[in-house]
Amino acid sequence: MIEVRNLTKAYGSFVAVNGISFKAEQGQILGFLGPNGAGKTTTMRIITGYMPATSGTVLINGLDIFTNSLEARRLIGYLPENPPLYSDMRVEGYLRFVAKLRGVKRSAVEPALDHVLQVCGLADMAHRICGQLSKGYRQRVGLAQALIHDPPVLVLDEPTIGLDPRQIHEIRELIRGLSGQRTIVLSTHILPEVSQICDKVVIINDGRIVLEEQLAQLPAGTSLEDVFLNAIAKEGHLPGASAEETLEEVGAGHASS
Amino acid sequence: MRNTLVIAGKELQGYFVQPVAYVVLTVFLLLGGWFFFALLRQFDEMIQLVQMMGNAQTLEQMNLNTRVIDPLLHDLSIVLVIVMPALTMRIFAEEKRAGTYELLLTAPVRTGEIVAGKFIAAATFTLIMIALAWIFPLILMIFGNPEVGVMFAGYLGIALLAITFVAVGLFTSSLTQNQIIAAISSFGLLILLFVISWPAEAGGGAVWSLLKYLSLPEHFSTMTRGVIDTSDIVFFLSVILVALFLTQRSVESARWR
Repeated sequence: MIEVRNLTKAYGSFVAVNGISFKAEQGQILGFLGPNGAGKTTTMRIITGYMPATSGTVLINGLDIFTNSLEARRLIGYLPENPPLYSDMRVEGYLRFVAKLRGVKRSAVEPALDHVLQVCGLADMAHRICGQLSKGYRQRVGLAQALIHDPPVLVLDEPTIGLDPRQIHEIRELIRGLSGQRTIVLSTHILPEVSQICDKVVIINDGRIVLEEQLAQLPAGTSLEDVFLNAIAKEGHLPGASAEETLEEVGAGHASS
Repeated sequence: MRNTLVIAGKELQGYFVQPVAYVVLTVFLLLGGWFFFALLRQFDEMIQLVQMMGNAQTLEQMNLNTRVIDPLLHDLSIVLVIVMPALTMRIFAEEKRAGTYELLLTAPVRTGEIVAGKFIAAATFTLIMIALAWIFPLILMIFGNPEVGVMFAGYLGIALLAITFVAVGLFTSSLTQNQIIAAISSFGLLILLFVISWPAEAGGGAVWSLLKYLSLPEHFSTMTRGVIDTSDIVFFLSVILVALFLTQRSVESARWR
């Protein structure tokens, strides 16, 4: 479970994330949406403990990412915006290193490696040098390193970016297959992706949450695109509007059009 | 401890697949060979000169330790000032640029373990480099009769000096994501530590003696003359510890900035 409480992050006078709160339950896939520069990557970096919040906190399965940082970080698999690969290492060497770094037991490293190579479709790439991989394979290795210690919480920053349609389909299937007992937060620009694999959607704009809703509870016949565009357009005019109100208007707007 | 070794192992392997490390090693040994050759030629000429003058007393005072090894180690220390920043500049700066910093800092690993692992790897590589430079004393031992104890003290001195350079370079690399900036600032700091006692040569007083105490050649020269003084060893170890502490603070600061 990931619980974000009143998170604020300011760089000097610029407020990137402004008091946001949301919750992703165990077994849930949460889609994190927002225009470029809305604060998605900043939020994810704070959730994973890479940078501190100015105020507010994040709980990972009840552990505070700041005060119980090591324990909390152990529970997280994280795919940053750019896959964090060492360009002079081989894929298998790199994944072994990450496994040990994340505390996988010595005897369990090889099985874990074989498993993620299989799951991420990297079996033929194990001996390749990371720096020579194509964008799609780099992304898969990035996903493999996030999964290698079998974490209960996954944070994926734009996992399907730069992939071709077939690879996007595969990665989506993979993420859907991963959910089960896990908590997954993924950010994306591709709206149909959210409707296809997510259970819940959170939309942020200018560092504020403009919508937090179960996907199943979106009004029937409303496309996510309309919801998204209306949510980020309304934000400026209706700062106090709750998610429900915004949604009703979206639903009404859609019906009348 | 395990995390430190995992990081150290991965880093050390990295040195052997990187061109920079080989270039540093080659330049160090080639220049060392050239200095060694030059010093031997001078030594040879001097002996012939003294023999011609028939001065038996001076001839007896000529020895390989003071005429070849001592100046050779001083020459090598200058080469180290130039090449060590090139070896250490990438250690943190490259991680920041490539985005792998995010992987390291979100892994369940303490900052101190990251710094220690990287330091151990760089220090080990440096010691291998210094050990290869034993080729020069070995040649002297085959063809001449130098004092081994004095040479050992001198090599201990240059090893401590080089590891001090590693610690300083590690620190400057942790401050930036630009390798050039890391190299130049480490280069500047090392030069400063070499010349810091220059204004103090003439004067007395507390400030001047402090500057003298901080000067690296001051402590290094005692050892190349064959004297292993505990206070010199303590000095080098203190500089190393201070630099490592500052590095740890600098890396940790990413967590509270």
